[in-house]
Amino acid sequence: MIEILEQPRQIFGGLRLAANKAQSLRTPLRSAPLPERLIVPLSQHIGEPAETLVQVGDKVLKGQPIARSLNYISAPVHAPTSGTVTDIGEYAVPHPSGLKATCVVIHADGADRSADTGLKMDDVFCADPADIRQRVREAGIVGLGGAGFPTAVKLNPGRPVELLVINAAECEPYISCDEALMCERTAEVIDGVRIMRHALQAQQVVIGVEDNMPRAVDCLRRGLEAAGERDIRLLAVPTVYPAGGEKQLIYALTGKEIPSQGLPADLGMVCHNVGTAAAVARALLQGEPLISRIVTITGAGVSQPCNLEVRIGTPIADVIASCGGYTEQAAHLLMGGPMMGIPLPNDRMPVIKTSNCLLAASVEEIPPPPAALPCIRCARCTEVCPAYLLPQQLFWYARSRDFDKVQDYNLFDCIECGCCARVCPSHIPLVQYYRFAKTEIWDLERQRTKADLARQRHEFRVERLEREKKALEERRAAAKKGLAARPKSGDAEAKKAEIAAALARVKGKKTQPATVSAMRGSADSEQGPGSDTGSDSR
Amino acid sequence: MDFPTQSSPYLPVDNGVGRLMARVSVALLPGALCLFWFFGWGVVFNLLISTLTALGAEALMLLLRRRPVKASLLDGSALLTGLLLALTLPPLAPWWLPMLGAGFAIVVAKHLYGGLGYNPFNPAMVGFVVLIISFPLQMTLWPPPQGLQHDYALHFGDTLQLVFGGTLPEGRALDSLTMATPLDNAKTQFGLDYTWSEITATPLFGRFGGYGWEWINLAYLAGGLWLWRKRAIQWQIPTGMLGALFTIALLFFIADSDSFGSPLFHLFSGATMLGAFFIATDPVSAATTPRGRLYYGAGIGVLTYAIRTWGGYPDAIAFSVLLMNMAAPTIDYYTQPRVFGHPDK
Repeated sequence: MIEILEQPRQIFGGLRLAANKAQSLRTPLRSAPLPERLIVPLSQHIGEPAETLVQVGDKVLKGQPIARSLNYISAPVHAPTSGTVTDIGEYAVPHPSGLKATCVVIHADGADRSADTGLKMDDVFCADPADIRQRVREAGIVGLGGAGFPTAVKLNPGRPVELLVINAAECEPYISCDEALMCERTAEVIDGVRIMRHALQAQQVVIGVEDNMPRAVDCLRRGLEAAGERDIRLLAVPTVYPAGGEKQLIYALTGKEIPSQGLPADLGMVCHNVGTAAAVARALLQGEPLISRIVTITGAGVSQPCNLEVRIGTPIADVIASCGGYTEQAAHLLMGGPMMGIPLPNDRMPVIKTSNCLLAASVEEIPPPPAALPCIRCARCTEVCPAYLLPQQLFWYARSRDFDKVQDYNLFDCIECGCCARVCPSHIPLVQYYRFAKTEIWDLERQRTKADLARQRHEFRVERLEREKKALEERRAAAKKGLAARPKSGDAEAKKAEIAAALARVKGKKTQPATVSAMRGSADSEQGPGSDTGSDSR
Repeated sequence: MDFPTQSSPYLPVDNGVGRLMARVSVALLPGALCLFWFFGWGVVFNLLISTLTALGAEALMLLLRRRPVKASLLDGSALLTGLLLALTLPPLAPWWLPMLGAGFAIVVAKHLYGGLGYNPFNPAMVGFVVLIISFPLQMTLWPPPQGLQHDYALHFGDTLQLVFGGTLPEGRALDSLTMATPLDNAKTQFGLDYTWSEITATPLFGRFGGYGWEWINLAYLAGGLWLWRKRAIQWQIPTGMLGALFTIALLFFIADSDSFGSPLFHLFSGATMLGAFFIATDPVSAATTPRGRLYYGAGIGVLTYAIRTWGGYPDAIAFSVLLMNMAAPTIDYYTQPRVFGHPDK
């Protein structure tokens, strides 16, 4: 039995940051106007990209699938509005790699006509969980908190789930889309949570919010009462960044630590973002797949900070324009918050399923990074690391490319929250070093796998040649033995038998070209290993 | 619209090496003022000579190493080395003593040993040790503390002449102007088989530490606590050091209160508080894990007691810090904290 704490715990380390959420919460949630042209990427989630179902020139309806998922860990993509497919090609998308990705471009016809998605369920709370999962999968729902992991997969953890944790902590500064959602679409949130609980057959549910959003707590509390729901707990955790990290939130709510490299499911828990829950309700109760999401548009660089419901694929420039456009101060554009967001080089990219926030920041909000000085090992980073790591040691070994040591110091437990870099008096871009080390290690592992495969192949070949050589020798020995056993006397019958045997040998040789090639092969093999090793070392 | 990109996190930094060093320097003020009050102008001369030499040597080394001079000078680390060394030197030391110490600290112990962030030893303490080994006589030139009965009080002019010209006031021998520090005195007296109560009966000893020194130590303690409040230092090293020093002194004192100094005497004499809050906490050369820092501090505390009690030097902070500096990397390796989600070790 997992105990939900009466008094949520404070996470270890972390930072108390200025929330900066009020500016985007001043105006009520509204829908962004429909753009003329939508750029819908095929990969907006963790896992394999979806495969297109449409061709250039096709007419599509709102909610119609335009790409399907072929793998378990993947998600389909739907047309966000009705219109015509005008291009399928490579476009810039918001992704840390900065690489382009395949997108379907739709010109909206303005009618916004819906397709019948068949996602709607009449009595969802009596439905088979497998059926719910299937529909969640078909609705293209992924984790809306930022990671974008296919939700259907997380609704099927493969083992009994005792506790469903709804992550509504939204710990990063500036981002307020979950708070807006909880305040303005309370019923949808609660419906979604109940559907998830049913799909997971979870015994307990807890919604974790940060204690600096009293309005959201109030709305949810009233919503739960109105729904007559007594079995969903609502807890406010102390506001410390990154209390909204999955492992951190679970620790704050239950006092339990998810094992390193493990999943909440290992402890009988599953954690879903609150926005994801609402998306599930929308899909299953209203039949609308994931074609829009709430985005916080904020920062000193935007005229009217607010929360908007935006169609997936809407170019960011259009979204900013519907918030009064940029101010003169706009100097940087981020997708996500100021601690872990992705920097965007331009606003021609589309809003995707994981775009929780667009932060147009001024130079004061995001100043150029000061020059880095040597690490003085002051260990301020150790004090704030929520994973109890030693960031200064990780930095030391990442910098010297000592990738064994850096793993000894548990590099892969780093969640890249950025607390260490924020407090570093030497202004070292620590997170960048950790990302570099992780990428290098992954790369080395790939190379090692490749080399292992090559080595294996080489060993198999050598073994095969050995085997063939041995077989040949055995045959030769047998033949010699046969010769030695031949009777020495010269009677006619013996001679006849000898001739017959010789004939048989000749005949046998003719039908055994394999032996010859094996001999050649063994000659080759003398150089073979050398050249093989050569290719290994390359 | 196009935007420049940089990597996360993006929030403006709220910390800096310069600010850290400035805080430490400010926190030294109460102690330095106390030292000046009790020991006069020599303290000021030491501070001036030592910091100017440190800054000059830093600039020279940065030029030679082709490093940005201005940024590194402004980080305040050389200034702090100069300050710390000056506060450990005898106030009547000739001018070349702080100059030599500070120069050696910066040129050799800081830059030739690797530069800021890479030097394995506390530079100020290396400077101190070089001086005490090479010039033991000059290192004893402490005047009697202000307020203690003595036959001649040095004024500004006298001190200036003595420090820079080596000329003594008319009709005065150097011996008559200086006095053993309480730590030194206690060591000598114990050697002559006096008991602790006999030794402390002299006016050289105050309420619980050395006369004057107890106030100086209290002032450093106050500055240190402020640093801790400001998060410029963490509690582990001072706690480890003072805790270990107090504990071991208490054990010996309980066992034989005639032949060993009292625990409070050890805490409030010599450079104990300066060492605990300002010297042992030099992050570059100290252990860096939370538990490691506790052990590192404790090591310094124990060594300090041992060297003070059985060693041949008047104070022991410098040797103890350097000895533990050498152990820091190994301490760090064996005291890694349990990482989130990992089983208990």
